[in-house]
Amino acid sequence: MTTLTLAVRDSATMTRRSFRHVLRSPASLVVSVAIPVLLLLMFVGVFGNALKAGLGAVSHGAYIDYLLPGIIVITAVYGCQTTTLAVNRDSSEGIIARFRTMAISPSAALNGYAVGALLRTLVSMALVFGVAIGLGFRPTAGAGRWLAAAGVIVLLVLALTWLAVAFGLAAKGAEGTTGFLLIVQLLPFISSAFVAPGQMSEGVRWFAANEPFTPVIDTLRGQLTGTPSGGTTLAAVAWCAGLALAGFVWARTLSRRDINR
Amino acid sequence: MTSAITATGLRKSFGGKAVLDGIDLEVSAGTTFSLLGPNGAGKTTIVQIMSTLVHADDGEVRVAGHDVARNPAAVRAAIGVTGQFSAIDSLLTGQENLLLMADLHHLGRAEGRRRAAALLEQFDLADSGRKTAQTYSGGMKRRLDLAMTLIGEPRIIFLDEPTTGLDPRSRRVMWQTIRGLVAGGVTIFLTTQQLDEADELADRVAVLDHGKVVAEGSPEELKRSVPGAHVRLHFADATGLDAAERALGGTFRHDDTLTLEVPSDGGAVAVRELLNRLGDTAAEVDDVSVHTPDLDDVFFALTGRPTAEPTPEMENAR
Repeated sequence: MTTLTLAVRDSATMTRRSFRHVLRSPASLVVSVAIPVLLLLMFVGVFGNALKAGLGAVSHGAYIDYLLPGIIVITAVYGCQTTTLAVNRDSSEGIIARFRTMAISPSAALNGYAVGALLRTLVSMALVFGVAIGLGFRPTAGAGRWLAAAGVIVLLVLALTWLAVAFGLAAKGAEGTTGFLLIVQLLPFISSAFVAPGQMSEGVRWFAANEPFTPVIDTLRGQLTGTPSGGTTLAAVAWCAGLALAGFVWARTLSRRDINR
Repeated sequence: MTSAITATGLRKSFGGKAVLDGIDLEVSAGTTFSLLGPNGAGKTTIVQIMSTLVHADDGEVRVAGHDVARNPAAVRAAIGVTGQFSAIDSLLTGQENLLLMADLHHLGRAEGRRRAAALLEQFDLADSGRKTAQTYSGGMKRRLDLAMTLIGEPRIIFLDEPTTGLDPRSRRVMWQTIRGLVAGGVTIFLTTQQLDEADELADRVAVLDHGKVVAEGSPEELKRSVPGAHVRLHFADATGLDAAERALGGTFRHDDTLTLEVPSDGGAVAVRELLNRLGDTAAEVDDVSVHTPDLDDVFFALTGRPTAEPTPEMENAR
């Protein structure tokens, strides 16, 4: 077998292991769907009308049409919580060290996390989409724009996943991952997810307009509901690709450093 | 005999503190080599370097003929490692853990299942093979860990304190397994704090202290090398005792038991010579016994400390 087929085979073995973990602890999948759905219900049912009034000219349809792209990003964020905790558990249980003493493709374990997390998160998102359509979300996208949206979603999940893998490897224990998780969970709230940055106070407005989730959310909103996305696609792709690459390189470096116990 | 493992001038520091300070070791293929030392002596670091997990600062290590720094992939293909902490996937069942290892060794489905079933049986885990490993006791986890190491049939196995904290039954299973492996030609590199374990299993022992090998040899050689070995002579009466004491000199006398302790290496030649010298006297020897110190005495003599007691600065260096 060539190096490449071995790498693919080992990565597939590791991905199957990730799937087993999801099946063994379905609670984590339920949580990663339940939290975005709860936020969806709360923001549509409780704050929806008030927030819609504030959006004014930015949104023409129902508030849920404005809200959903942000909820999809939040789904990705909760998916990466599962990933970073799983990587950290493996790291502290010592099974990562065991893999490293075996003659397997060095990237296989990392690829297993990434592919597993991507598929798991996409399943969560499909469920969230289903609930949103039940609540009245009406996307206007045709096949081409759905495809573009899917591409941005995959890039976003890859970026968050590789960062999650790297932080999971770097953290000394589960507590060590909380800083990273807090930041990624907070960022959607200071973005264009719930209200337009134009409505925020000045300092926050600048931050919200320039943080990575805003162009991603605006691009998704533009593709799915046809609001003008104002040329944010390039920024969204650049942020996601850049963060994915940074996370990937960092995770690879961490996975090759000397272990310390 | 060919060498399975060699280390030459091995050095490693953590944060400016030397953990390994020039280690030379040689392990013959098909033997059990035991690294004996207290917590923090550097045993785990040596295993981590030899199993490609940690880079040495200086020195050369060859495992199965390959340099660990230049060709780690070839080393990994030859070794199996069971560390101090059970490296298992606690969300998977015992059987799934073994099949995961089988897949990573590219064994093929049928062969993987066959070996997994045999190992579950061998390690007394057949009944729990379908339960997730997080429900296992400490001893069961350690047995599963070793079974996962064995499924790839490695020719060189590193066991880092494999029986620390194990109940006596699991410990015996572990010892039996190690003997069986060596009988099958496998090389075992075993670290331990337990002197009886090294004594029981090892062909050769190296005593490690403060990152240096302070003694090396077979357990018998080590025990004979320290002061404290003596021949104990028991006499029928006090007259014999007196006569023998005069003839031999430099002995230690116990009047109440009519015995005389004579410092000696306890080897056959020395004992024969001793009895020959007594043959010229009137002393009539009832009974002769040879007392060699155990490895506890060896360790104490070499380091000035009992094994169980790490020094504070060594704990900090870990």
